[in-house]
Amino acid sequence: MNIYVLLKKTFDTEEKIAVSNGRIEDDGAEYIINPYDEYAVEEAIKQKDAHGGEVTVVTVGDEDSEKQLRTALAMGADKAVLINTEDDLEDGDQFTTAKILQTYFEDKEADLILAGNVAIDEASGQVGPRLAESLGIPYITTITALEIDGDTVKIDKDVEGDVEKIETSLPVLVTCQQGLNDPRYPSLPGIMKAKKKPLEELEIDDLDLEEEDVEAKTNTVDIFLPPEKEAGRVLEGEIDDQVQELVSLLKNDAKVL
Amino acid sequence: MSDKLLVIGEARDGVLRNVTFEAIAAAKKINSDGEIVGVLCGNDDLDTQAQEMIYYGADRVVTVQHDELEAYTSEGYGQAILPVIDDESPNGIIMGHTAIGKDLTPKLASKLETGLISDATEIEVEGDKAVFIRPIYSGKAFEKKTISSGLTFATIRPNNIPALERDESRSGDVNTKEVDIANIRTVIKEVIRKASEGVDLSEANVIIAGGRGVKSEEGFKPLYELADVLGGAVGASRGACDAEYCDYALQIGQTGKVVTPDLYIAVGISGAIQHLAGMSNSKVIVAINKDPESNIFNVADYGIVGDLFDVVPKLIEEVKKLK
Repeated sequence: MNIYVLLKKTFDTEEKIAVSNGRIEDDGAEYIINPYDEYAVEEAIKQKDAHGGEVTVVTVGDEDSEKQLRTALAMGADKAVLINTEDDLEDGDQFTTAKILQTYFEDKEADLILAGNVAIDEASGQVGPRLAESLGIPYITTITALEIDGDTVKIDKDVEGDVEKIETSLPVLVTCQQGLNDPRYPSLPGIMKAKKKPLEELEIDDLDLEEEDVEAKTNTVDIFLPPEKEAGRVLEGEIDDQVQELVSLLKNDAKVL
Repeated sequence: MSDKLLVIGEARDGVLRNVTFEAIAAAKKINSDGEIVGVLCGNDDLDTQAQEMIYYGADRVVTVQHDELEAYTSEGYGQAILPVIDDESPNGIIMGHTAIGKDLTPKLASKLETGLISDATEIEVEGDKAVFIRPIYSGKAFEKKTISSGLTFATIRPNNIPALERDESRSGDVNTKEVDIANIRTVIKEVIRKASEGVDLSEANVIIAGGRGVKSEEGFKPLYELADVLGGAVGASRGACDAEYCDYALQIGQTGKVVTPDLYIAVGISGAIQHLAGMSNSKVIVAINKDPESNIFNVADYGIVGDLFDVVPKLIEEVKKLK
């Protein structure tokens, strides 16, 4: 089976966010594989172990994205592809990324493409479905179980807490939700092997794309931090009094009761 | 300013979700003089729902009725809505950022080769441009986005943009669009309902959420009672779901639901960043926790340090006195 994973690097979840000149400060930030993409990598490896084939991890990013690709290789992926847009594109959006991936995938004959259901930074969840649509294959988002038997694919999809049991067939694109699996940590031998696994680097030029073909359809005009919240009030005194005070505050000050 | 905006409506158990009306209000904000056209899909009679959209501000509604639209699939809805978009050639499309909205809109955007701004919580109009404000980095920052070319296409987060007043004196045409739907490759075999009946968590005005501190399924009972007297819904942290105190359908946070109620009462929740991502935009946050060092107190407007099993029953009694 020809399995692909779409991967994005994101800020570590513990990273503090600072903004200057309408941009997120990224100097010295720690990056990780987007946590939802980690489920995708894990699931790809599990499906390969069950059905054979090859796992290729693809990212649209910059030079530094190699680190997260190597981590995915250390987990057990076979090959990695870095589509480096650093020198060609200033600001991309989900249209940009999906278009680049579409062009990359056009001659690939993928059986299964896995992605995270959302990236924890920009959190739009668009790229997976956009890519599937442009490749003309079905997609199922927020999956929590995946079972493949021949060409038949059985999926559990999380729909705001309900579970849909869905049947479809290969090729398909799925986006992974928490609960699908427990991603493994790369082993030491895995890390050693990952250094020698193939990592192909492409630029949009190699995909015969011009800058204007992938020009963003949306503009980010500003980024700002939420207004600093006034320090909350921790009530004091006997619990009975605190509860009375709380209800009075909610009713009279906050006016939510 | 644009001439026509489509609002894609969404129903749950035959009743339109509130976010549909909020999407109409959002469209009105972007396009105060233009025409607002509602779109509804289903396998049943949609006239009542269409009327509701008109009462809430739509000028007219196009309904698409087909056996294949009984349950939502991206393929079915895509084939139903794209011909309507084609007929109407709107300047913009607005929908709720719900499970269906998240799933469907990227498909439409890809087909239409257009931009899409997902999960907006606020809309400002500057000159003739709509500026969408949306949370990024789990709500730790916000970005302002505009569409640079093509359709003004956006999804809005439920419970953030107030719906307009319902006005039964409004009237408008309801037209039916006939479509062919074929070649559906994804088949829903079964739906296991877990989400609780009653108040929809993402649309609730009051949420009482329990964490690991609630200690057991039994421990959630007082939370339900408090929700009951406040007319709210019960939610939970991932920790409480993992510990099987309640179902994952109640989970609030990055993985679960993102909520923005007027009042959020966090009970026995420590306040991990993943949880905060799902609730930190709530208008008023109350934290009840016995650990004064809990992170939840950093986002709370009011805090009570104490044993929840002591505090919650007292709170129920005190709220009852108001009635």
